[in-house]
Amino acid sequence: MYSFEPTDEQKMLVEAIQRYAEKDLRPAAHEADESNQFPPAVIEKGWELGLLQASIPEAYGGFGEHSAVTGVLAAEQMAWGDLAGTLAVLAPGLFALPIFLVGSEEQKTQYLPAVIEAEWKPYTAALLEPRFDFDLNDLKSTAKESKDSYVLNGGKVYVPFAADAKAMIVYARLNDATQGFIVPGGVEGLKIEGRQPLMGIKALPVYKVTLDNVRVPKANRLGGAEGHELSPIIDLARVAVAALAVGLSRAAFEYSRDYAKEREAFGVKIAQKQAIAFMLAEMATEIEAIRLLTWEAAWMLDTKKPEASKHAYLAHTGATDMAMMVTDRAVQILAGHGYIREHPVEMWMRSGRGVATFTGLAMV
Amino acid sequence: MIEFEMPKPIGQQKYLLQTVAEEMMRPHSRYFDEHEHQIPWDYINFMHQAMRAVGAGSLAPREKKNGGEEGEAKKKDRPPIGYQSLAFMLETLSWGDVGMYLVTPGGGLGAAAVEATGTPQQKEKFLARFRTEKPTFGAMAMTEPQAGSDTSAIRTTAILDKATNEWVLNGEKIFVTAGHKSLCESDGFIVVWATIDPKAGRAGMRSFVVEAGTPGVQVTKLEHKMGIRVSDTASVVLQDARIPFENILGNPEVIVEKTVTKGFKGAMATFDATRPLVAATGVGVARATLELLKEMLAQQGVTIRYGLPRQKLTNVEREVIDMEVMLESAWLLVIKAVWMADNRKPNPLEASMSKVRAGDVVTRITQKAVEIMGPLGYTREFLLEKWFRDAKITDIYEGTGQINRLVVARNILGYRGSELR
Repeated sequence: MYSFEPTDEQKMLVEAIQRYAEKDLRPAAHEADESNQFPPAVIEKGWELGLLQASIPEAYGGFGEHSAVTGVLAAEQMAWGDLAGTLAVLAPGLFALPIFLVGSEEQKTQYLPAVIEAEWKPYTAALLEPRFDFDLNDLKSTAKESKDSYVLNGGKVYVPFAADAKAMIVYARLNDATQGFIVPGGVEGLKIEGRQPLMGIKALPVYKVTLDNVRVPKANRLGGAEGHELSPIIDLARVAVAALAVGLSRAAFEYSRDYAKEREAFGVKIAQKQAIAFMLAEMATEIEAIRLLTWEAAWMLDTKKPEASKHAYLAHTGATDMAMMVTDRAVQILAGHGYIREHPVEMWMRSGRGVATFTGLAMV
Repeated sequence: MIEFEMPKPIGQQKYLLQTVAEEMMRPHSRYFDEHEHQIPWDYINFMHQAMRAVGAGSLAPREKKNGGEEGEAKKKDRPPIGYQSLAFMLETLSWGDVGMYLVTPGGGLGAAAVEATGTPQQKEKFLARFRTEKPTFGAMAMTEPQAGSDTSAIRTTAILDKATNEWVLNGEKIFVTAGHKSLCESDGFIVVWATIDPKAGRAGMRSFVVEAGTPGVQVTKLEHKMGIRVSDTASVVLQDARIPFENILGNPEVIVEKTVTKGFKGAMATFDATRPLVAATGVGVARATLELLKEMLAQQGVTIRYGLPRQKLTNVEREVIDMEVMLESAWLLVIKAVWMADNRKPNPLEASMSKVRAGDVVTRITQKAVEIMGPLGYTREFLLEKWFRDAKITDIYEGTGQINRLVVARNILGYRGSELR
């Protein structure tokens, strides 16, 4: 059957996130963007909503079951509040979810409760590399097998909270496959090169990281001795970014819609002009179209449909264009005022351009 | 719970229709495109018998009257899927040939209007004909030479002759899809939109069932079109055409009151049901095009690599992947709109969104496919160029892309027609 109706539990969760997004994230967003820092108290409050905790079963310290559909509903709603803040709140998931999805039993028992049961702590993952044609199936960072360990080398970028991270998953190429390795913070050879200045999501601290003969025990290979498949991780990263793009775009759409209903020109509200009204109609249609595409991909992942990976890729591809189209138009509707940093639309447009690049910065 | 599983009965139906599309439509697509106004009787007769066999008569889903005790009990547990089933049916038949789908016997948009706005007596009287031995057609006659999207400019009049208790209709209707088949090739009917008070604007607008054989009703022209050439697009002149008082759709006693805008609202309510269905036909053409494009590309050694960063893809791969995004998301908008219709949730916003998106998407996909295949796209040896011509109509009829943007805009802004013109 088809149904577009979330469960009661999902509705309650989304409502709780809605309140948090409205009361905490949104009011903090501007100052956070200006000062390149998100207030830790707001991050902690978001963590306490229990999004990640509810995705992990009791056996590993959580209190629920993983569902990509629930994840995308939650991610959309939180990103509506603020993208940088959402990425900060979700950051420990970059470490915990891959372990939960493809990690060995020992890894799950060893790492998950520590992340889940405590207050928010900086856990993260290092995936992106500084190349225009960065391809997660063709990494330049390498892992070499030695007698009792793996040796990691290479350069990573956009690693959230790397400077303070308790531990991170580093993705590297091992025998022509992308594999994850659990790397504790502060190990020898792990060099944090400094915080990267970005066009958007400025409040999220991301770092350039160099791996210079970083040695990790063999037990730290994600999935254990046999390693792991990459697609379960990437698929969830893709639908996550797609959902974040939908939330971000909805924020920009709603803001510009409300502005257009207030702003007068030529004796009428500008929303009463078809030039503006049609832009808004197309924005709303585009957002709804990509939201449904994202929902469907997430549902396919949950129900293990053979085409799920392809659809996760399509959702992310669609979200990339949608976010740019919608946030650009939001600025255009506010025109000169949209270009001024007092209104949030220019910040959303700066975030919107990043959707193409952000795969690996969030998981649900 | 959010779900995207095709309901089982729809899956079975889709399998059958796919066979019909492959065997009865595709092989004849080119012939009827090149022989405009010839009638594909083989397809029509086959579909008529097939639909009679399963008890379907018209486009709009009906309550089953003769369901057994068990059937009724079962039905209550199951969520309604009538409009979803129709959307799949139309998508699949349009995948076969969207022009030929339009000549599928049954009531078409005429029956849909009767279903949406008629009384039970009117439904019984007018819709029974679609279940008889002979293939029968129905049509909607709204557009006039001076009135397209602006339906309030309709000039056709309906004046009540109190002496005989008949409506007297005068005016000219154009672009009546299946008008000729409804009036000349079968004992069907057309639903004519006319005003009972030219000064009242929309408030005076009503719809009337005008049956085949009514004196004073004449098909005066068949249009020559860019695409969907197998479908007849007729001009109909009404000259002192007299029809019974009860042929005004809705309760005649109530609806004749001039202050009531129910008539116009009836037309708009019909659109909420039919727009996602027309969107579904657009999606069908788009899917046909994308599938053939990928097949032709594969024959030339080009396969699409999914999962790569865009920077590593060829231009053709990017185009195809974008098409897949457009196609799937348009289809999901259709599904959501018909799911809402099935579950009796008001859906004017979603109905128009699906139409906007499908119109855009099918236009873009068919244009791009012809471009990508170059000399192989432009030639009449393949169907890509035909689908490009066929596709354009889905962004025009049942509300142009622009009118549907207006509907979407009014809905998201909370504006009335007077606030956003």
